[in-house]
Amino acid sequence: MFYRENGQFKTSYAEDQGLLSIRQDRWFIWLVLALAFLVVPMFASEYLFKAILIPFLILALAAIGLNLLVGYCGQISLGTGAFMMVGAYAAFNFAVRLPDLNILVVFILAGLVTTLVGMVFGVPSLRIKGLYLAVATLAAQFFMDWLFSRVKWFTNDSSSGSVSAPTVGAFGFSWDSPLEKYFLVLGIVVLFALVAKNLVRSNIGRSWMATRDMDVAAEIIGIRPVYAKLSAFAVSSFYVGIAGALWGFVHLGSWEPLAFDINRSFSMLFMIIIGGLGSILGSFLGAAFIVILPLVLNQVPIWFGIPLSTATASHLEFMIFGALIVFFLVVEPHGLARLWAIAKEKLRIWPFPH
Amino acid sequence: MSAASMPAGPGSSAAVPEPGRRIGDVILAVENISLAFGGVQALADISFDVREHEVRAIIGPNGAGKSSLLNVINGVYHPQQGTIMFMGEKRHQMNPHKVASQGVARTFQNIALFKGMSVLDNLMAGRNLLMKTGILQQALYWGATQREELAHRRRVEEIIDFLEIQAIRKTPVGRLPYGLQKRVELGRALAAEPRLLLLDEPMAGMNVEEKQDMCRFVLDLNEEFGTTIVLIEHDMGVVMDISDRVVVLDYGRKIGDGLPDEVRSNQAVIDAYLGVKH
Amino acid sequence: MGAFIEVVLGGLMAGVLYSLVALGFVLIFKASGVFNFAQGAMVLFAALAFARFSEKMPMPVAFLLAMAVMVVLAMLIERLVLRSLVNQDGIILFLATFGITYFIEGLGQLIFGSDIYPIDLGLPKEPKIILEDTFQGGILINIEDLVAAVVAAALVLGLALFFQKTATGRALRAVADDHQAAQSVGIPLNRIWVIVWSVSGFVALVAGIVWGSKLGVQFSLTLVALKAIPVVILGGFTSVPGAIVGGLIIGVGEKVAEVYLGPIIGGGLENWFAYALALVFLMIRPEGLFGERHIDRV
Repeated sequence: MFYRENGQFKTSYAEDQGLLSIRQDRWFIWLVLALAFLVVPMFASEYLFKAILIPFLILALAAIGLNLLVGYCGQISLGTGAFMMVGAYAAFNFAVRLPDLNILVVFILAGLVTTLVGMVFGVPSLRIKGLYLAVATLAAQFFMDWLFSRVKWFTNDSSSGSVSAPTVGAFGFSWDSPLEKYFLVLGIVVLFALVAKNLVRSNIGRSWMATRDMDVAAEIIGIRPVYAKLSAFAVSSFYVGIAGALWGFVHLGSWEPLAFDINRSFSMLFMIIIGGLGSILGSFLGAAFIVILPLVLNQVPIWFGIPLSTATASHLEFMIFGALIVFFLVVEPHGLARLWAIAKEKLRIWPFPH
Repeated sequence: MSAASMPAGPGSSAAVPEPGRRIGDVILAVENISLAFGGVQALADISFDVREHEVRAIIGPNGAGKSSLLNVINGVYHPQQGTIMFMGEKRHQMNPHKVASQGVARTFQNIALFKGMSVLDNLMAGRNLLMKTGILQQALYWGATQREELAHRRRVEEIIDFLEIQAIRKTPVGRLPYGLQKRVELGRALAAEPRLLLLDEPMAGMNVEEKQDMCRFVLDLNEEFGTTIVLIEHDMGVVMDISDRVVVLDYGRKIGDGLPDEVRSNQAVIDAYLGVKH
Repeated sequence: MGAFIEVVLGGLMAGVLYSLVALGFVLIFKASGVFNFAQGAMVLFAALAFARFSEKMPMPVAFLLAMAVMVVLAMLIERLVLRSLVNQDGIILFLATFGITYFIEGLGQLIFGSDIYPIDLGLPKEPKIILEDTFQGGILINIEDLVAAVVAAALVLGLALFFQKTATGRALRAVADDHQAAQSVGIPLNRIWVIVWSVSGFVALVAGIVWGSKLGVQFSLTLVALKAIPVVILGGFTSVPGAIVGGLIIGVGEKVAEVYLGPIIGGGLENWFAYALALVFLMIRPEGLFGERHIDRV
């Protein structure tokens, strides 16, 4: 009875094509934004910022990027960790070699570098798809692992590839405290999410989805496969690169190639599978899930009074993780986003059963 | 929607082209096309032409190579021999993107819709060649891209009205029944505002009412918009009713070409359909 | 010259070990159309089972017990995962095997422990020196690796015969082609899958024992599986002999690249060389050396 579209007549195509055409959806998003920008900063503890909110936001950004490539354009990628690595190290190099550069510019430049790298590794997608493409992107992952550990120039001659990020500053102001970092990341993520939404409902988004659904037919209606696929790799890499830079600079502070290894790639992929392929909301949901799950798993045994050794906890985490992946793939391949949409459908007719 | 043309219904025998429909010059001509897959000869030395504004039917028993012929025209298959002349340009093989941008659109025998997208999105995807804004403008959306999207939405809505699919415009295509999917596929082809429309068995699997609707659409398209139509069809009644000229294929060869009545009384064609050994 | 031959031989031996793991991949793909990313985890699981069992009982018994465990695992996977994903896209099944990977890795270490466990097959660990007269200093050969090569060859032969000559083998190939069609001619899909995953489990067990004897059974064994993926790309997803040839090529290629290119570009080349090779193959000949061409019909 609350979530009805009754009385909400769209009188123009502009209204119909809007991002949030149902009034209740609009209220909901404004509510979430108000919570994020106003309420949370007032009440959240440092721990909440550092351990949950900031990593969640940064990973959500990366998840959006990956989802654009995998969920919207149908090109599978197991190299997300590698691209985050490129973004982080590129940002490091720009910041260290051009120390007076505004950090936002550094991030954008890092994103652009990752875009170029992403497009290069996207070239195989023009000839191979599915499983084979997954293997090609694994090549990117292992190559980058090696590149940033061995090639000294990238890491300013650090022996193991580990580096520390300089302070995050721009316009004479620097973001040091967790609260300040939270606002920086929040602002960037909200902006990028909006851009992603715009791309997805425009011509390029439709080209991506058409390529995903039936690339032969897409070509016949005039969509160039090269353009569609490489642009997906490009945009996706831009997002993932900036997320990588943020991860290194804002979340970790100092890092080494191991922080972006193949486990990171898998974790990102799981994020968008669980959250929902082909959905921006799903990227957020999946990121939240993956960030919160280990914390919950660590706390639950304590609630029940059964202390677990770290090793056992970590094994259990693996098992639950694996089981959840299979569960989601079997039960709801479209992830939490679909479950959310179903819940909304049920809400529309509540309290009637159908 | 035009009130002028109501087909007499599949199965009737009227075959008079509508007065006032001006048939123009040749816009598509295939010459000596031969296509083989490994050891299988799909097409052998096919030549025929299509004139502007006409409705040209391609008929023949199953496996005659009709879909392969359309695929050659589209550039999906590349023939080993022969040339294709379209809009005055002669080529040995067509590039799908170039063909699309020159105004050729088609539907498929097995429905090639984008199952993950809604009806509206499928049709809007059909307009992609007419959309001009770049990726950065689309990222911003507000401004040039929004204006463009709305303008194209208006045109697409006209097609939705024409095909009477308003009620399902937001439905994901994968959920629609077969007959409606075929209509949506026609809509996507129309969204490109093509000069030449290739229809591969647009009425397959439809009941009598659905077929009548589809016939009506095809004829309206031809008369209102002057679209040249090449269609593959098995229903003889439909073919005789709505086409101006007919090509007959059998085992990859052309065995008949001309007005519907001529082709119908051609002994070779009758033999092919009745399965006389040759 | 002697050094070069040593490197090549070393590469061949390593290649055989990769092939052992790759065989498991090929089997499952050939018979169920699934690319089983969990193969590495299965190798670890099997090796852990064998290692722990053999601490308490004689090796042949431990082997049988470990085999039984793998069969149970196969049944669980079939019942809980495969049955629910019949006729889904290949990519969904592939992603499901990711989930299986994590699950098996966690389960194995939970049950059997996460230390490093040695496997002692009684083979001499010292490399032997041969052909001292022909080459200066002779050539080092590792007996363990030699045994592994022989075992792998025997396995390949056995599996090739199995697929070609037996009715079950034929049924497996039918299932790989089309689940529904195979079902419609009366092939019991579920039983076939259990058989396939069990056989693959057997291969994983053998691979696990061989690798475990060489490196000790530890978590990093699963990373070997990641190396086996390029092997399958090179050899072709559906070819048993391809897995061997691919493994040899990768093994030799890696070692040669590391020894001769490494000093120029930087060490650690072998971490990604296999993948680079696979990438090249994917661009020129995606179906691999012995695989089947895939044609898309419109």
